[in-house]
Amino acid sequence: MSSLWKEFSKGLWKDLPPFKLVLGLCPVLAVTKTAYNGFGMGMAVIFVLALSNLLVSLLRKVIPAKVRIACFIVVAASLVVCVELLMQAYAYPLYQQLGIFVPLIVVNCIILGRAEAFASKNPVLLSVADGLGMGIGFTISLTFLGSIRELLGTGQWFGMQVLSDWFEPVRFMVEAPGAFVCLGVLLAAMNAFTNWQRRTKGLEAVQGPVHDCKTCGMCATKPGA
Amino acid sequence: MDYFVLVIAAIFVNNIVLAQYLGNCPFIGTSKESGVAIGMGLAVVFVAAMAAVITWCVQKFLLAPNDLGYLQTIAFILVIAALVQFVELFLKKVIPPLYKSLGIFLPLITTNCAVLGIAIICQREEFTLLETLIFSVASGLGFMLALVVLASIRERLDLARVPISMKGTPLGLIMAGLMSLAFFAFKGMAS
Repeated sequence: MSSLWKEFSKGLWKDLPPFKLVLGLCPVLAVTKTAYNGFGMGMAVIFVLALSNLLVSLLRKVIPAKVRIACFIVVAASLVVCVELLMQAYAYPLYQQLGIFVPLIVVNCIILGRAEAFASKNPVLLSVADGLGMGIGFTISLTFLGSIRELLGTGQWFGMQVLSDWFEPVRFMVEAPGAFVCLGVLLAAMNAFTNWQRRTKGLEAVQGPVHDCKTCGMCATKPGA
Repeated sequence: MDYFVLVIAAIFVNNIVLAQYLGNCPFIGTSKESGVAIGMGLAVVFVAAMAAVITWCVQKFLLAPNDLGYLQTIAFILVIAALVQFVELFLKKVIPPLYKSLGIFLPLITTNCAVLGIAIICQREEFTLLETLIFSVASGLGFMLALVVLASIRERLDLARVPISMKGTPLGLIMAGLMSLAFFAFKGMAS
């Protein structure tokens, strides 16, 4: 039970996907124009991630090592198609808002990264806990970033007017440049917090998590190798 | 003339990274050295163009006639994954020098959302085959332009004294934001 909780909770802070692992940046930047879009995208990712971890873990002894990446892609793609159809049926306005980024969940490094790094090596329950934790961490991050951008860019939060007339909306924040700058500043704040914690323990400050494709389980391994 | 507008729009106005938010992982991940950035950029131009043309044919001749449009995502990603493997094998056998410079980037490209993104955009915009080819090459070049410029900036930033918490990815993202702001000036010049 304790190990289940450990795998679940690591996605919420220790390995928080977009900030600590620096994975899956495209949806993080693209759909956080409003908090609602970020939340909706997060929900879709939770669905795909938990189920793909479940299926990959169930099939981990059946899938031959040589073609495992291709198999993971098929699993993820099938689930993404399910999400697409479900969203078209029940959340069509959101589906239109997220646009091209719904099918692109399939190439989100988090999905394949978790399949490769965790689900293909661990039992079913642990993998589902890992998928749920990572998915929820991803949703929280997206909603948080979306809230900041929506609040500063339009003065609203989840579509409700929060800041009144005295506030002049900064349109920069809801456009592409604002997304990059906002994420960069948040990452820096996160690193500064980690370094402050390290200093209070008497440790030396370190550079934040480096983003290269090695952090992504998928890219570190050649497909088919 | 329309094709010229298409090219300018894809490279500058709707730059694939800086305005459409596609391919950000490799954009931040491989922009530490300009040599690497050029290699990655060329690989993306090459694969994106081939992938867009092949997926266009798959959609036109395989999925659309059989009313299988909902399989688009699965079909496209499988075609791209197979294509990347094939290109890798082909380059290894036939053009070893090119394989040496591009080979290490090819596996990264399967999960580059710019490649799948370009293929899907071409479908949603209902481009013809020629438009698809031109658009995908131009988008790839736009990606390469952004990547190479960011890499050159980050190479110089390595010499600057910045707070340790800002080093690396955060500063890279903020630089990308400033570049995006510069590209923002093109907005509205072509749709």
